[in-house]
Amino acid sequence: MIRWFKPVVFLACLIPLALLGWKAYSGALGANPIEVITHATGDWTLRFLLITLAITPIRRLTGKLWLIRYRRMFGLFAFFYATLHFLTYIWLDKFFDVHEMLHDIAKRRFITVGFAGFVLLIPLALTSTKGWILRLGGKRWQALHRLIYFSAIAGVIHYWWLVKADIHKPLEYGAILAVLLGYRIAGWAGPKLSANKAKSLREPRFEVRQG
Amino acid sequence: MMIKKPADIQSSEITPKSLYLNRRKFLAGAAAAGAAAIAGLSLGELVSPSTIVQADAKIEGIKKSSFSTNETITPFKDVTNYNNYYEFSTDKYEPAGLAKNFKTRPWTVTIDGAVEKKQVLDVDTIIKMAAPEERIYRHRCVEGWSIVVPWVGFSLSELINKAKPTSKAKFVEFTTIEDPKQMPGQRGRVLDWPYVEGLRMDEAMHPLALLCFGMYGDALPNQDGAPLRIVVPWKYGFKSGKAIVRIRFADSQPQTTWAEMSPREYGFYANVNPNVDHPRWSQAKERRLGEFLKRPTLMFNGYDQVASLYTGMDLKKNF
Repeated sequence: MIRWFKPVVFLACLIPLALLGWKAYSGALGANPIEVITHATGDWTLRFLLITLAITPIRRLTGKLWLIRYRRMFGLFAFFYATLHFLTYIWLDKFFDVHEMLHDIAKRRFITVGFAGFVLLIPLALTSTKGWILRLGGKRWQALHRLIYFSAIAGVIHYWWLVKADIHKPLEYGAILAVLLGYRIAGWAGPKLSANKAKSLREPRFEVRQG
Repeated sequence: MMIKKPADIQSSEITPKSLYLNRRKFLAGAAAAGAAAIAGLSLGELVSPSTIVQADAKIEGIKKSSFSTNETITPFKDVTNYNNYYEFSTDKYEPAGLAKNFKTRPWTVTIDGAVEKKQVLDVDTIIKMAAPEERIYRHRCVEGWSIVVPWVGFSLSELINKAKPTSKAKFVEFTTIEDPKQMPGQRGRVLDWPYVEGLRMDEAMHPLALLCFGMYGDALPNQDGAPLRIVVPWKYGFKSGKAIVRIRFADSQPQTTWAEMSPREYGFYANVNPNVDHPRWSQAKERRLGEFLKRPTLMFNGYDQVASLYTGMDLKKNF
């Protein structure tokens, strides 16, 4: 791929944040700005989680192997928007009321599961560097990073449990996630080591860029 | 660790915009639009449709009411662009646009059930039954946000007295129009349409319960429940049905829409109560639109005068 492409994708990933910033600045966030910020950062967390999870299937299906070079970036952006979402909650929603937050996490199941999904992303973000891949070894690193499956499931459930009546949008996220996870399950359960599969196994599943 | 609790701040200190400033601008706009209409320009060329709905429908002779709060009124643009009106959309920002061409005339309201005589009344007949009053009420949504709205209407009891319910009438049921052609939200089955709400007879007869047809001095905008709605300020907003086409007096408690959809979460009474949480979120605080910090939610939304209606009732059970 062309060299400048990665920075362009990086900047594109910041567009949702830039839009929020611009709307906040120009007073276009509407009647309930904090709600808009909460929903936007939550939506983009889920979208980036799904984009990250889509990389492997798309690579396999299209043979565009270079896509692996974007997976870490998308994953880190999922963590980035999740962090903003979490900060919105503790700052704008709860105003650092620790007691109330602990109460929420213990008592409200949609908060519990959302919080769990966020916490699961932390070790993934921390071990996303080349150094950590080498330190843990590919197999163990990969096993650890399968936590993203649970984080994404938790994210969709979090959304599902918080809507009042219209489950349309969480259902869409859930359907996409089911396809992405289903692809993997089919891969594990399917015929062992077909020619294609054997080939794909030889490809690096994580990016360690040389020099 | 020291965590400073936000002190109670008067809303007037936080919200710089006063409604009346807002309203004057709005009225000036309406006047300008009127002048332009005479000059042969179309209204649509002058004003954005989402902010001025039926700008010519000013209600005359509105009396003030001692029930009004002196809290800062929420800006008109927020109350008309942030609406929970699932008949149009579950997105709060969409009803303003989707309800733009909603037809509110001709409009009739059927009054039936336990009444001396079943009637079908024209909405304009109902509106003239009593003198319009401005009631500036707090309005608390079950989702945890609140607004202060200058509604226009009169006590629901005025209509009920004229409807002459029989001694069998223990409850009143309000039905919202069902018209999927005009209301895109009704084409899906998010809720069991038509929307039905209800009150116990003594609640409905309480002078605070409002039969509402206007706000901010003008006719109700479509997205806020035109042409006729109920406003029950001590209950969560969903109890206040919009676009009412039927008022039925019943001897038993009506099956209401949200209580049917999720009985664990939404009760028939739905009184604003900071001590009874929604199963999924706390009701102890609320965000007043336009304010940064949440404020404590008040019992009965601050309308203590209704407390006697519930003497001896366990409000944790009858939520």
